[in-house]
Amino acid sequence: MKIELRNFTKRFDGQAVVDNVSLTIESGEMIALLGPSGCGKSTSLFSICGIHRMDEGQLLFGDKDVTNLPSQKRNVGVVFQNYALYPHMSIFENIAFPLVVQKADRATIRRKVADIAELVQISDLLERKPANISGGQQQRTALARALIRRPDVLLLDEPLANLDAKLRLEMRSEIRRIQSETGITAILVTHDQVEAMSICDRIALMQKGKVVQLDKPREMYANPANMFVAEFLGNPPIRFMPAELHENQMIAGGAALPRPQHLKQSNLPDKINLGIRPEHFGPQFGNEISGHILAIETQGRENLYDVALSDGGVLCSIQPANDHLNPGDTIQWGIASQHLLAFDGQGERI
Amino acid sequence: MPIQSRNFKAAPMIILLSLLSLPLLIMCFYLIVDTITNTQPGTLIPDEITFEHWRFLWQTTENSSANIWRVTLNTFVFSITTATTILAISLTAGYALSRLNIPFRRFFLSGLIMLHAFPTITLIIAIFLILQTLGLYDSLIGVIMVKSALELPFGIWIMKGFYDNVPWEIEMAGVQDGASRFTVWRKLVLPQVQPGMMALLVFSFLTAWSELVLPLVLAPGNKSQVLSVYLATMLADESSIDFNLMKSVGLFYVIPVIITYMIFQRKLMNIYGGGTKG
Ligand SMILES: Nc1ncnc2c1ncn2[C@@H]1O[C@H](COP(=O)(O)OP(=O)(O)OP(=O)(O)O)[C@@H](O)[C@H]1O
Ligand SMILES: [Mg+2]
Repeated sequence: MKIELRNFTKRFDGQAVVDNVSLTIESGEMIALLGPSGCGKSTSLFSICGIHRMDEGQLLFGDKDVTNLPSQKRNVGVVFQNYALYPHMSIFENIAFPLVVQKADRATIRRKVADIAELVQISDLLERKPANISGGQQQRTALARALIRRPDVLLLDEPLANLDAKLRLEMRSEIRRIQSETGITAILVTHDQVEAMSICDRIALMQKGKVVQLDKPREMYANPANMFVAEFLGNPPIRFMPAELHENQMIAGGAALPRPQHLKQSNLPDKINLGIRPEHFGPQFGNEISGHILAIETQGRENLYDVALSDGGVLCSIQPANDHLNPGDTIQWGIASQHLLAFDGQGERI
Repeated sequence: MPIQSRNFKAAPMIILLSLLSLPLLIMCFYLIVDTITNTQPGTLIPDEITFEHWRFLWQTTENSSANIWRVTLNTFVFSITTATTILAISLTAGYALSRLNIPFRRFFLSGLIMLHAFPTITLIIAIFLILQTLGLYDSLIGVIMVKSALELPFGIWIMKGFYDNVPWEIEMAGVQDGASRFTVWRKLVLPQVQPGMMALLVFSFLTAWSELVLPLVLAPGNKSQVLSVYLATMLADESSIDFNLMKSVGLFYVIPVIITYMIFQRKLMNIYGGGTKG
């Protein structure tokens, strides 16, 4: 079902925590609410499911305005960060609870629980108590409980934050699998950009209560709207350095470079900020920039180099692993100029 | 450190404590022995076994005109009703204070602590007058109401502590699952505070059972007398004091307490585990 937020504002003690956010989520789409801690992700999520009341704006499920409906009537499935399983009930009873509340008959409940348990692969755990299953299994139980009522929308608040690294990878693809198998519209709240990029159709990146950019992951990575977005996506993060634009060349990092093709317009400011991702800086792109290596970090398949430039700036480069270089070595590397991201003094993309 | 060696180190402490409590133990021992024996003055060894000290069970004694079974029944009614009243109100009020956004919440909370610390005895005259105006003087209902009211601050505070420890996400999850606030409370929250419920119930029962001042002042008559008052009346009658009879009544009075303690020992410890936070 299509979900639409219109001019949504939420205030706590007069302070706007979410400020005039509009967001449309297509039916069957999985969208990520991504942003640093305290930017209002959970607040938005809780407003969509009805725990918080919206101070301004409208919320539509399909064509239906649910802004003033209580949680119970919204038909939203929520997976909480700590799963919030009912500790005194068995896994079966946990999953069945939404149906029991609806007073469904026993046979229906049994059949539906069996179906959903099979979908999330916990069929042989139904007799146990939540305390006696693993974190990943609790996660699956929480998903099953959220999905059993066939909700209009599935909300996930940092669902992977409590899992260890390996389980996180596994559950990440599980959540995506279950979401696409059920075809449910889903909103995933996370502050982990990898999580958001890897399993969501689109990302809404939030900063201080506003959505700064809403785009497909690749699109957002390649074309960030401003320096904040550019810095938030990508690991290791993008590095910035100031640059001066001249008639035909550009002074940056203590070197004179040819002015890149996409920065040829004449109405640009003289001083700009360049954003350079680690994969766009290295020996394969030329030798205009000189510097020396500050540190090398080995990541197995790749090496990460921190390079101090002659004007004092620092760039990062990622390259296939090798042992040719040592900290302190001087290098002459180049930049893939067609991938340079340029920002004005306010940090907005040029 | 293994438990074994820790116990070993504690041995001197245990011996010391045993020595210190020896007088109490001996007294307890003699309390039991004396109720079924007679001992000549000046000796410690009893010389005959008798059940005459338990005669209060089948006849009214010279010290008290009340029927012991009636009194025992009264005590049970008093204690059980008081305990359930306290539990019922604490369960709901504690939840309200812990979770609901009610006006003057802070005021109520600090008021609770104040009331809990308030000495009962200072209120007794006012309560006496109120009960008399209401026509509840010398009735069980009257004392039950007063005792429950006075114990409530403690009960509410304890239950609030238990509720505070229930994660609010559980309630939110329940609401999202379509349950009403009431269903959430009954089916999801209450089971989590069950240890607190049990502890509070037993605790209130025991305090009511041992309460003396309130029934003595507010319900002294034969019809509504409870065991503590029965015992106190015997004590007050200085003309014909019979220590062994009193010991028997005392033992009779304390047996239910001991049984309750033995059954609920573990649950009672809980009240301090869960109730301290908040
Ligand atoms: N009930 C509340 N009362 C007052 N302020 C609140 C309340 N809930 C959240 N806030 C404030 O609103 C802001 C956004 O909170 P929110 O929980 O939405 O952040 P978040 O994006 O989910 O962060 P995190 O990643 O840390 O979970 C924070 O500054 C927080 O302090
Ligand atoms: Mg949050």
